[in-house]
Amino acid sequence: MALTDGSLVSIKGFLRTLSPVDQVGADARAAMLATRSIKTASKRWAIDMAISMIDLTTLEGADTKGKVKAICNKAIRPDSTDSTVPHVGAICVYNDMVSVARKHLDASGGSQIPVAAVSTAFPSGRASLEVKERDTKDAIANGATEIDMVIDRGAFLSGDLEKVYSEIVYIKSLCEGKAHLKVILETGELVTYDNVRKASFLAMAAGADFIKTSTGKISPAATAPVVLVMLEAVRDYYQMTGQRIGVKPAGGIRTTKDAIKQLVLVKETAGEEWLNPELFRIGASALLNDLLLQRKKLTSGHYEGPNYVTLD
Amino acid sequence: MTFEYSSAPESKAIVKINSLYKLYIGGKFIAPKSGKSFITINPATEEVLAKVAYAEKSDVDRAVKAAQAGLKIWSKMAPAERGKYLYRIARIMQERAREFAVLETLDNGKPIRETRDVDIPLAAAHFFYHAGWADKLEHAGVGTNPKPYGVVGQIIPWNFPLLMLAWKIAPALATGNTVVLKPAETTPLTAMLFAEVCEQAELPAGVVNIVTGDGATGAAIVNHPDISKIAFTGSTDVGKLIARSVAGTGKGLTLELGGKGANIVFEDAPVDETVEGIVSGIFFNQGHVCCAGSRLLVQENIQEELLEKLKRRMALIRLGDPLDKNTDIGAINSREQLTKITELANSGDEEGALRFSTDCVIPSKGFWFAPTIFTGVTQAHRIATEEIFGPVLSVISFRTPQEAIEKANNTPYGLSAGIWTDKGSRILWTAKHLRAGVIWANTFNKFDPASPFGGYKESGWGREGGRHGLSAYLKGAK
Amino acid sequence: MANSSPRLDVKKTYKLFIGGAFPRSESGRTYEVKNSEGLFIANPSLASRKDLRDSVVAARAAQDGWGSATAFNRGQILYRIAEMMEGRTSQFVDEIVALEGVTQTAAKKQVEDAVDLWVWYSGWCDKIGAIYGSTNAVSGSFYNFTIPESLGVVATFAPTKPSLLGLVQAIAPVLAGGNTLIAIASEKYPLPAITLSEVIGTSDVPRGVVNILTGSSAELAPWVGSHMDIDGVDASGLTASQEKNLRVAGADNLKRIFRFKESQSPARVLAFMENKTVWHPIGV
Repeated sequence: MALTDGSLVSIKGFLRTLSPVDQVGADARAAMLATRSIKTASKRWAIDMAISMIDLTTLEGADTKGKVKAICNKAIRPDSTDSTVPHVGAICVYNDMVSVARKHLDASGGSQIPVAAVSTAFPSGRASLEVKERDTKDAIANGATEIDMVIDRGAFLSGDLEKVYSEIVYIKSLCEGKAHLKVILETGELVTYDNVRKASFLAMAAGADFIKTSTGKISPAATAPVVLVMLEAVRDYYQMTGQRIGVKPAGGIRTTKDAIKQLVLVKETAGEEWLNPELFRIGASALLNDLLLQRKKLTSGHYEGPNYVTLD
Repeated sequence: MTFEYSSAPESKAIVKINSLYKLYIGGKFIAPKSGKSFITINPATEEVLAKVAYAEKSDVDRAVKAAQAGLKIWSKMAPAERGKYLYRIARIMQERAREFAVLETLDNGKPIRETRDVDIPLAAAHFFYHAGWADKLEHAGVGTNPKPYGVVGQIIPWNFPLLMLAWKIAPALATGNTVVLKPAETTPLTAMLFAEVCEQAELPAGVVNIVTGDGATGAAIVNHPDISKIAFTGSTDVGKLIARSVAGTGKGLTLELGGKGANIVFEDAPVDETVEGIVSGIFFNQGHVCCAGSRLLVQENIQEELLEKLKRRMALIRLGDPLDKNTDIGAINSREQLTKITELANSGDEEGALRFSTDCVIPSKGFWFAPTIFTGVTQAHRIATEEIFGPVLSVISFRTPQEAIEKANNTPYGLSAGIWTDKGSRILWTAKHLRAGVIWANTFNKFDPASPFGGYKESGWGREGGRHGLSAYLKGAK
Repeated sequence: MANSSPRLDVKKTYKLFIGGAFPRSESGRTYEVKNSEGLFIANPSLASRKDLRDSVVAARAAQDGWGSATAFNRGQILYRIAEMMEGRTSQFVDEIVALEGVTQTAAKKQVEDAVDLWVWYSGWCDKIGAIYGSTNAVSGSFYNFTIPESLGVVATFAPTKPSLLGLVQAIAPVLAGGNTLIAIASEKYPLPAITLSEVIGTSDVPRGVVNILTGSSAELAPWVGSHMDIDGVDASGLTASQEKNLRVAGADNLKRIFRFKESQSPARVLAFMENKTVWHPIGV
């Protein structure tokens, strides 16, 4: 049974059943979990898990085919000197780079690595549904098996929840059977945790396979309490429906410490079931190198310098 | 493979534990006249940590005489200078915070995360806060010419050893009193480290005197004719004994006693934060908290959902080595306390309540009690009326706000209460009708030196913290 | 032919004041009150422990309503008592002169001071929280405030004299703080207390808020001390040994027991108030 029939009354009614979020309490919980001390064997495990969860991302106006190919190489074998390092979770690029990435991955032994395309007039979402449809179809046609769509925040904040919901439902219909749908909430524009929780449920009810914090173009992005609230949402949604939805923080996660804190949040909020790349991804670029430096340090026992890992 | 946290123990190397601790009297560490001592152990391992001097009546006499001598200097000192000593003490406590945290964890059994993040920073904050009062006493609300009592006798419990010391000593000193303080028998070590801080701060001799011992030592303080005021934190039974002892003597008396706090959850509560608040309310510090939210009053239409979430959350509580930075719940402070908790929990079974405990591994040595909740509890059950002072929560449902108030107030205690609801007017209505001195709305177990703390009814006399707590150490027209 | 015999006074029977009614003691006991020259004046009730018990029941029942009435409303009622007392000045003066043997002028002064004291405490009702409450600057994103609230049910032992002013000094601050009370009148000079109860009975004071007993302080004090539903005691009218015994017994429920030196002070209001501190997060 659907949680909502998509009408405004029904969506509002459904969202009203959700428990509110107390900001100070959520902040405190996230801060407490940030004090977990992850050492030795658990740190080693966490670094590899984090690497395998990375959606290695380049979303710049200045992106070139060469840069995309370079990050594809890095995705397949993050550390060219150490084959025990796992490959990353996915490559995340703009629409026009999807085919470049897909072809290069396939040609370089990375066929198991999916390509995610940001879609639906990323990052603002300010385009007609026709444009969003074309954007999505095009990415899928070029080999994207993951679609990172943005919601219409303007519609959400002004109360036009039907529009937000129906767009997700429609994009989901385009992805059905071909691509995983990640729905970007852009939590920095939603501002309150109550909104984050509502938007999370709205996206899940509309068919999201993943809910994702941010485009990376707006600050704040994937703050710990926002991720906490979203992890609570997927946990509660699973209790309601028996369906596990993934979570993808993106933006601002740059260090191994940040990444491990994310994993702690996952473990102690949604639970161990979410600790795999099928249900948790981290959208990042610089993070990978820091994870590699820390991994080397654990292996060698001494601190590494940035010149000992490749820039891209 | 799952994500297990490897052990992350805090180093013990930072703190040097003496083999024997003497009494701190008149600025010197001196042996008790009898030469007697007792031992203090680490409740997580049952290992002996140190021998501690046992003070008898004659030693208390010496301490009071030293405090009288100290009073001559301290009460005549320019108030601003007195304040500066307190600032010094606060700073040294911050400098040596990790040392204090490790020692407190070893002696008390509470997790290092709590001593490091709560006990020690709050203790230092207490000295900072009261330091600033020393030269502003005419604004304390007791008239334009407030006077100290003189020598104050202070007796503190084992649940927050250093923090309770700070709650007692900081306001007493700020107001120009000198003190004779007795730490709890099972947790004397951080008080003795505090004596070292007094030395480093060059506090005049006799201003702070610390005597270690047991109930008899405490009684010698209470009954000492040259002590002008007693401040006690501990059980309601002992509080009543003290009240009878000082009756007719004209001594001042403040008491912070037991509680059976109601944590009231309405249907529109922010559920996840509420669950955190319930956990913090009863499992913080192993439940060794007088203001613990030990009765969960939950509106019946959300009871099932709330309890399911609570149980899932409880499964994440990490019980074990208190020095491990990831430990959430440490050791019960003593075998005696463990026996009491066990006995009361068993009465819950016998009286027909339903026990749920988390499935955590209990270490083979030391004193431990798994986080536990009882459902199906009625107001008449012992676990609903008696203070357990351990990680045991009694869950009681209610239907209407009026019923919640009636049940919450249906106790001789009146220390704390919690309210969880998204509706502002309901928070204020509930807060107004609760007969309790500290009310946490949409939060729980928060403490601050600026915030008055203390109970209604049999939970105590007077307040500690804030202007209200300060004024309890001053004589003068209010 | 007119009857030439002098008119016989219609004398008042002095009774207790419990729950808004004027009963005799359930024990049926009275005691003799004499004037300053040793002549009989009246037989007021000698209240028993059961009268005390009934008074506590009445006071407890009235406490929630009085304690949660608006401070403005309480202030108006206290002022109303002053108004009603003023109109009875001559009756109070006569009683004080007869009992205490003071001059007419001194007695009048006592009554006027008592009336003015009601006015003074009336004005405290809606200010005590502003002056003695606080907002507390805690670390962290919390709003934190402390407010004084009524303690509950209070018993007061008035001093022997001044018989009227001493009683008002005891009960006015207790009422201003939102408490209900049982006043034990001056044992030797109880009549103004009973007249005051008649004033209170006609001053919009809800029934049970004020209960006034006459009789033996020594007899009643132990029962007050051990009564588990009395929250506080003003022991100013007791001897030192009575007070000590009361404190020992009162420890059973940790009664708040005070003896005051100040005759007119907000400290007397605050003594019978509890400070409640409330925390709430500040967030969006």
